[in-house]
Amino acid sequence: MSCRTPLYNRHVSGGARMVDFAGWEMPVQYTGILDEHRTVRESCGIFDISHMGEFLVRGGDASKWLDSLLTNNVAALEVGSAQYSLMLNDRGGIIDDLILYRTAAQEFLLIVNAAKIDEDFAWLQEHRDSAPFHHDDSGVLEVANFSEKYSALAVQGPHSPEIFSKVFSFAWTDRRNHIVEFDDATGARMSHAADSGIRSFIATTGYTGELGFEILIPARESERYWDLLLASGAKPCGLGSRDTLRLEMCYPLNGSDLSPERTPLEAGLGAFVDFGKGCFVGREVLLEQKTKGVQSKLSAIRVQEKCPPIRPHYTVLAGGQKVAETTSGALSPSLGCGIALAYLPFPLAKPGQDLEIEVRGRQYRACVVKKPFYKPRS
Amino acid sequence: MNIPDDLKFAETHEWIRVNGDIGTVGITDHAQAELTDIVFAEPPKIGGRVSAKDAVAVVESVKAASDIYTPVSGEVVEANEALSDNPSVINTDPYGAGWIFRIRIADPSELDGLQDAAAYRAQIGK
Repeated sequence: MSCRTPLYNRHVSGGARMVDFAGWEMPVQYTGILDEHRTVRESCGIFDISHMGEFLVRGGDASKWLDSLLTNNVAALEVGSAQYSLMLNDRGGIIDDLILYRTAAQEFLLIVNAAKIDEDFAWLQEHRDSAPFHHDDSGVLEVANFSEKYSALAVQGPHSPEIFSKVFSFAWTDRRNHIVEFDDATGARMSHAADSGIRSFIATTGYTGELGFEILIPARESERYWDLLLASGAKPCGLGSRDTLRLEMCYPLNGSDLSPERTPLEAGLGAFVDFGKGCFVGREVLLEQKTKGVQSKLSAIRVQEKCPPIRPHYTVLAGGQKVAETTSGALSPSLGCGIALAYLPFPLAKPGQDLEIEVRGRQYRACVVKKPFYKPRS
Repeated sequence: MNIPDDLKFAETHEWIRVNGDIGTVGITDHAQAELTDIVFAEPPKIGGRVSAKDAVAVVESVKAASDIYTPVSGEVVEANEALSDNPSVINTDPYGAGWIFRIRIADPSELDGLQDAAAYRAQIGK
């Protein structure tokens, strides 16, 4: 039995085509993937991302504890800001990639991938029990899974600020990776409400590269905000365009581009690993890799001639020899050419390297390029 | 859903329009709607001899690749070159400019095994 988000009825009545995604019945498209992709690049689209997981971590030395489990520097994150981070296993492999929001000095919200909610939460709980940061003056370290109570919407595209101003009664910020709490009843900004119940947040984060914001609201409020944002001009979009949009930005997708067998250094995510902050799970393996150099690296590959859409698991060749398989691929709607990600042997993982990608027995000329494939205008 | 009365239909959602011994083949309006945005089409090679139900061409949407099966046996005599630059014409005009290939029909009796518009409409439940 698959799960449904609180917006399931809105998707069906809105004419979306529903598919299974990580055990969830989700809209893959409304009007069409190309149209929705263009909408987000040129005006504004809205995605239901309520399938994603939300954890609240607070109390004790939550900051120090999270620093022991995540790769990025949690202590350096300012209250009201967000950072991308990775949770690793003991082998330095990626369990999940996530966004960490610091909502108070010792209070954090983690947004994790839908398919990984249970695994991530079990991992956190297991490590909570052994944490030396259980209590201090601020009380007991609390780790709660609010995934079923929260609904999340992503509003993305250059027109997002106008749509924001129609729905919320406080000023838009140009600062990316910013989070504020708001009163979901009035749309007004508020600071650190009473702790009872699910609090609502709005953050200038996203998975498309465009200007935009994501809102976290109690599930019961989701239809009202969906309707409000649609009435304000955001066009409903599905996971199909979300995938082509993120791929043009080279944002990895866990389960496709990331796996427990790959480290952040191999995935080209070294910028989100802080070796200087002290110990964290997986650090030794990464440090050894950093010293010795990685064997392979997730690289951006652009096809140089007219080609079919590139898909995962297509063969990548160099000089006629198979060197890798694609982990993600598409016919880029913005660029009109084939694009893909693949773990290439390190000597080949350099912009300018000539390659071929094979589709149904035919090889197409391709080339390693600098990330990202596409630079948003907004 | 547009299902023209003058065409024959395969269960695999191809149509064929017969003119003398030449059949023009494409995919149905229902098929293009199911596939969604078509971004690539690979018609068959001209001169190839094919048997009914062979996979002879491929059309690809953003999300998936689909084989196109020839409804009848024969020799491919023409492929729609325009699809190379504008495959989305299969979405916008599936029974006209979105045709995929033409075939010289080897055995006209194979046409009797295909569905008429009413039968195809019943198959897709429209």
